[in-house]
Amino acid sequence: MTVILGQTFTGISIGAVLLLIALGLSLTFGQMNVINMAHGEFIMAGAYTTYVLQKSISSAGISLIVALPVAFLVSGALGALLEWLLIRRLYLRPLDTLLVTWGVSLMLQQLARDIFGAPNVQTRAPDALTGNITVIGGADPLTFATSRLFILGLAIAAVVALSLTLRLTPLGRRIRAVVQNRDLAEVSGISTARVDRTAFFIGSGLAGVAGVALTLVGPIGPTMGTNVIIDAFLVIVVGGIGRLRGSVIVAFVLGVLQAVLEYSTTVSVAKVLVLVAIVAFLQWRPQGLYTLRTRSLV
Amino acid sequence: MNLLKGRSARAWTGFAGAAVALFAVAPAALSDFRLGLLAKYLCMAMVAVGICLAWGRGGLLTLGQGVFFGLGGYAMAMHLKIADAGPGNLPDFMQLYGTATELPWWWRPFGNPVFALAATVLLPMAVAALLGLFVFRRRVKGAYFAILSQALASAFAIWLVGQQATTGGTNGLTDIQGFFGYALDDPVNQRMVYFVIAAALLLLIALARQLIHSRYGELLVAVRDSEERVRFLGYDPANVKLVAYVVAAGMAGLAGALFVPAVGIISPALIGIVPSIEFVIGAAVGGRASLVGAVLGAIAVAWAKTALSEEFPAGWTYFQGLLFVVALAFLPGGLASLAKVLRRRGATAPAKAAVVTVGEAA
Amino acid sequence: MSGLEIRGLRVSFDGFTAVDGVDLDVRAGDLRFLIGPNGAGKTTLVDAVTGLVKARGSVRFGDEELLGRSVHRIARSGVGRTFQTATVFEELTVLQNLDIAAGAGRGAWTMLRRRTSVPEEVATALDTVGLAELADSPAGTLAHGQKQWLEIGMLLVQDVRLLLLDEPVAGMSHDERQATGELLRRISEERTVVVIEHDMDFMRSFARSVSVLHAGRVLSEGTVAEVQADPKVQEVYLGHAATEDAGDLAVREA
Repeated sequence: MTVILGQTFTGISIGAVLLLIALGLSLTFGQMNVINMAHGEFIMAGAYTTYVLQKSISSAGISLIVALPVAFLVSGALGALLEWLLIRRLYLRPLDTLLVTWGVSLMLQQLARDIFGAPNVQTRAPDALTGNITVIGGADPLTFATSRLFILGLAIAAVVALSLTLRLTPLGRRIRAVVQNRDLAEVSGISTARVDRTAFFIGSGLAGVAGVALTLVGPIGPTMGTNVIIDAFLVIVVGGIGRLRGSVIVAFVLGVLQAVLEYSTTVSVAKVLVLVAIVAFLQWRPQGLYTLRTRSLV
Repeated sequence: MNLLKGRSARAWTGFAGAAVALFAVAPAALSDFRLGLLAKYLCMAMVAVGICLAWGRGGLLTLGQGVFFGLGGYAMAMHLKIADAGPGNLPDFMQLYGTATELPWWWRPFGNPVFALAATVLLPMAVAALLGLFVFRRRVKGAYFAILSQALASAFAIWLVGQQATTGGTNGLTDIQGFFGYALDDPVNQRMVYFVIAAALLLLIALARQLIHSRYGELLVAVRDSEERVRFLGYDPANVKLVAYVVAAGMAGLAGALFVPAVGIISPALIGIVPSIEFVIGAAVGGRASLVGAVLGAIAVAWAKTALSEEFPAGWTYFQGLLFVVALAFLPGGLASLAKVLRRRGATAPAKAAVVTVGEAA
Repeated sequence: MSGLEIRGLRVSFDGFTAVDGVDLDVRAGDLRFLIGPNGAGKTTLVDAVTGLVKARGSVRFGDEELLGRSVHRIARSGVGRTFQTATVFEELTVLQNLDIAAGAGRGAWTMLRRRTSVPEEVATALDTVGLAELADSPAGTLAHGQKQWLEIGMLLVQDVRLLLLDEPVAGMSHDERQATGELLRRISEERTVVVIEHDMDFMRSFARSVSVLHAGRVLSEGTVAEVQADPKVQEVYLGHAATEDAGDLAVREA
């Protein structure tokens, strides 16, 4: 029983990380249909932001809290810049966008290598986030790492904030209008170019926040983005375009699946099995879990 | 008809020129070391031929060609390792890491040279057919397909790394000594391997050219540009795509198989996400829809990588990133379209400009 | 020749019923026009018949039930369609477009070889739709009207026995409309043709029979004169202030 609970929690915490890194993508890929391969490097930028801040702010706790908004701004600015420089020229060519942003991601990785060096670096976690909470004591204890709980909380907060922004604010309404009918939004007086850039800013900023969270569970390095980006894209593919809900459910399901399979086989076999499960799932729901149905010929 | 004749005459001239360059000029002009490098580049070009077909013509951006390259490479390397070890012995790395006293069951068939050779091409084709069948039939396409193919490359590389005892793990299969009885450290035999590779490349180009100019090739472009429309004409686009994908996989498999004797190693680092996407860049730079463009692009990019990355590793990465950006954002037809673009500029025929743009399957 | 027989056709998307129990009979060799306000379900009806959207009920063409088959199988049983925006393969030539349309039944061996001559049915279609001189031009360079004709030509070489055309004369000049109408008349001597159209003049000139759709149902059916005289049709098109000609005001939504 403890094993099952423990594995489920591990799965949920993997899912929370997945969700955080996929959340920004659900806006840029899921809503705007832009495949930004440099998203992983925006995560990396968030992580290095945390690292730099910790060098100037001695308290690990304060620097982590400061890092969250700063990383959001840093990665968001990078994203907006990328959108303005390249992506807006490529809106009708999704596959070219994928490869162009891959090129950008290569350059950003090298930039990180030149600035911070090729070896991984580490941040100190605040004391409050280094321990475990014991849920069930005794001979066969069940403990949760507090850092994992923090990430779970952060993921939930980010989802709530994003979904409230999309639902309640004028900006959110404009984003949804552009997603649903770009031409109509344009003739209704919405500057689609500005909405695109803002949405990109937010999506990339969320990658920065994910980067801050990742510093709590692993090292910071130039290739950290590449390692997680594929999984994040799979979350969106399986979750379905245009709906936040799909990404949330799928992130946790894939997380638990990964944890359970890792427990019963090995890490590498689990990866393969998860992919097989995804392909099998797409047989049933080729458009992902949730879809926006339209009658256009796409 | 005249047009057709002109085209095929030009093709024959080009083909003859390429044959002279590969079989006479290059071996005479290059040192053994350089010729060995060229052999490696030609393997990359073989993968690019398949990418030109699948992506350039069929709109299937396959970011997982490394899987097929790897399947071909491992199939060949497994046979060569077994042959190197000699009858009754285990390959060297298994004695080192493994606890097994005999070959794993799935290694055994590769002891047979005919089986291994057939597997280098048929195994990748079978895997592609299986994945393609599932994916295309359910109309998973465009970016979704690209991401799935990339995930496949990632999963395959991770799996290989995890199986240290049977696949050599991160190191891969290294130190391959012989190639069907010929010692690979002998320069004469290395030259033979080069000739085999050059011939295979020409063969694949001829095959791809026939496919591109056949009725199937026209249909493939039609599927790329408007899949739904093709369906209403009574075709199943899934099958059309499947053929291109499977053929491209077979080509990558053959390339991987010949890469092994040329370089002497196959490892996860050669087939994961990054190398898989590098296969694409050559085709993109040269011109994804043009066979000549894709092949020359692949050779040029592979050459640039060797030339630059030794001296300026950081510089090479920036350059490579820039290549992606420039080639795809500003010259989607690749260098092959440069002449056309310039001619158009000169002629100023705005009505025809639409024709230059390389189609994009959304 | 075969006729089209639709019974109790129903299509809904996420709770919205676009086609709500349509019964429709189109005789073999008819030139039937489907008219109706926007949102009446005309295009959805064609989508359902050609397998693009899921539907309930029954659609029989000749002896075959079409519902439940995949798009390409329906196409192979002789049903072809065009789209509101002309969809041709822009990078391929006119000839290549037609050759592809003619080839769904070709075997692997033919597919893997080059086209060495122009198939007879393709040559005929080139003449019929008047594009013979443009045979080697990329379809992307054709004018709007010519693309529509190419699409019709593709249906001819595809040898479909039922043509479903979605606004084939939209954006055409008067002369082009006239030419298209005459072309459709000729085609309907050997095949069954269904046309969705908003252009009432065009409908009056060429329709052999008309069905009016409204809110997912068939409101009225008959000859042009019968339909125009139907008070229900006048009401839909004109509101309650019904006056002389139902057709004239329909321009507002064309």
